[in-house]
Amino acid sequence: MKVEAKLMLGLGLFFGLMCAVYWNWSLENAGGVMMFAGMLLGFLPGGYYYWWSRRMKPRPEDDPQATQASGAGVVGAFPGTSIWPFTMGMGAFFCVLALVFGVWFLLPGLALVGWSLLGGTAEGRRGGPH
Amino acid sequence: MVDVLEHPGVIVDHGHEEHHGPSGILKWLTSTDHKVIGLSYTITSVIMLVIGGAFAEIIRAQLASPNGTLVSFAQYNELFTMHGSVMIYLFAGPFAFAALANFIVPIQIGAPDMAFPRLNALSYWLYLTGSITMLSGFFVAGGAANFGWVAYAPLSNSANTPGAGADLWIGALLLTGFSAIFSGVNLCATIFYLRAPGMTMFRMPIFTWNLLITAILILLAFPVLTAGLIMLYCDRHFGTHIFSVNGGGVPVLWQHIFWFWGHPEVYILALPFFGMATEIIAVFSRKPVFGYKGMVFATISIGALSLGVWAHHMFTTGVVLLPFFSIMSLLIAVPTGIKIFNWIGTMWRGQIWFSTAMLMALGFLTTFLIGGLTGIYLASPPLDFFTHDTYFVVAHFHSVVMALVFAGMGGLYYWGPKITGYLLNERLGKIQFWFLLIGTNLFTLPQYLLGLEGMPRRVAVYPHDPQWKNLNDWSSIGAALIGVSTVIFVINVVHSWKKYPAGDNPWDAQTLEWFTTSPPPHHNFYRLPQIRSERPTWDYNHPEHRSLGHGNHAPAHDEAPDEVPVA
Repeated sequence: MKVEAKLMLGLGLFFGLMCAVYWNWSLENAGGVMMFAGMLLGFLPGGYYYWWSRRMKPRPEDDPQATQASGAGVVGAFPGTSIWPFTMGMGAFFCVLALVFGVWFLLPGLALVGWSLLGGTAEGRRGGPH
Repeated sequence: MVDVLEHPGVIVDHGHEEHHGPSGILKWLTSTDHKVIGLSYTITSVIMLVIGGAFAEIIRAQLASPNGTLVSFAQYNELFTMHGSVMIYLFAGPFAFAALANFIVPIQIGAPDMAFPRLNALSYWLYLTGSITMLSGFFVAGGAANFGWVAYAPLSNSANTPGAGADLWIGALLLTGFSAIFSGVNLCATIFYLRAPGMTMFRMPIFTWNLLITAILILLAFPVLTAGLIMLYCDRHFGTHIFSVNGGGVPVLWQHIFWFWGHPEVYILALPFFGMATEIIAVFSRKPVFGYKGMVFATISIGALSLGVWAHHMFTTGVVLLPFFSIMSLLIAVPTGIKIFNWIGTMWRGQIWFSTAMLMALGFLTTFLIGGLTGIYLASPPLDFFTHDTYFVVAHFHSVVMALVFAGMGGLYYWGPKITGYLLNERLGKIQFWFLLIGTNLFTLPQYLLGLEGMPRRVAVYPHDPQWKNLNDWSSIGAALIGVSTVIFVINVVHSWKKYPAGDNPWDAQTLEWFTTSPPPHHNFYRLPQIRSERPTWDYNHPEHRSLGHGNHAPAHDEAPDEVPVA
């Protein structure tokens, strides 16, 4: 996890330095604000990874000498099929059509998105060892 | 249905269990398998390439005469807008970071799937509906969006561009923008959390490294565009004045926001293709990647610098900090140069196999060099003032993106057998390559000259400068040859359909995706090799020529033990 942390923190640091130079040198604020936000996007996950990397044992994927057997065990739960991404995508499609063709499109759009959120969450909860 | 997956381990064999999911249309609608989604992305984005290419052919046919009458001025505006939009938003981006990436990245790092399979499927549906939304602009009153693919304010406001076409364009980009963000999240999480044991960060294939940096750039850049589009929509419909002077807004703010996404986007497009070319060049030179760590740090540097170069698209606005953006843009040439030297170093003294994929990678290298070098000119403000909005710029970025088409085609020839289990025809592939290479350069090189002679971009006719006709004709012939090469590719796919079985590792390749079957099983692997370098499949297949760790060098050839005289 250490390399991941260093990568994100390093990018955040670079964006921060660039932001400081740009902010003081240029005459507009938009770019400085966007680079500042870029810096935060580096520091936020980078800091989280760094915090964890000091508190956990190296994972098998961080160990150059790891054998495949050392990674044996549950990797995670992976849904094989699910209808909810499709219905949610269609919901988002209707919401966007509402921007163009009339606000009533929001009705089926939001309904589909909401239904998919509930359905997808329930599906995730049902998942697990079986 | 949710599968709980255990890591296969080297000795744990799951047996060849089959996955029992729905079949037919229901499979494509409900699958959360990264391979099915990757294939959906690949097919959709190649269709978009063909549609965008057809627009380009109409544009070039119109420009073959100084007083072209093939399309009206209004239609021409729609065509160049939609050509750019389809190619950038609907083909190059999704093909780069979601099509082959979706299929290959999890397998390259030994993962069973993407980290968030359902989010991955949602990304695809947002991309597909976004594509339909954008193209449906042609069927509404007033036609499709016609303000150029950059939608500069105030041209894009509701007074200057009324009609549903522009709103459909904005809506399409909202959908595809979220699609890209979700893909970025998914790629980051997959690469950080689902690598196989022993697959340390500095053993990941360069393609995966490039996709990781691409994903981080997506997370930095795309939300800015999405926010900008919402502001633009509010300006058009809710009476805000964010980008209009008369309400106290700042039109040039749109350019800042757009290019703050738009320039990282160039690298979001390019880095995955750099990765494809790297894999292909290493495999077909039968060598490891030369300067692996240099390659990784060059990619990180390109990603880092790309956030500080956006306003080199805005030099002529007169309100940007020229030295800052010029220095940053010129600096990007350094890591890019490192990459080019490393590609050459990889081929140096290799046993080069000139397969179609390798030829495409070489086509990428040469074409990209032309596009990259002319980019260095444009990073210099005095030269940019002279060539801004001329065909020189058009030629520059078409050299770059056509180079990416080369790499993408190489990727399809290289990974196609892994995806389908069948090879494409090499002879047709090589014919396609030569049409593409000659066509691309015939298409772009005259445009550089036209630009230096002052021909502006986005004009439908040039009645006062008939001397430009000759060069335009050459460029149009080049575009036609590119079209022929695309037709040959389609013919090749149809001709080779299930004809030449590939086997698991037809190229004697190096990375983990060639360790599994073609096509890979559900959740990708029955077993995994020990991972001790960045090319585990090669190490497994060639134990006598295992890769050395970084920094360890084999004895030079003339010091080989069998040549040392016995004392």
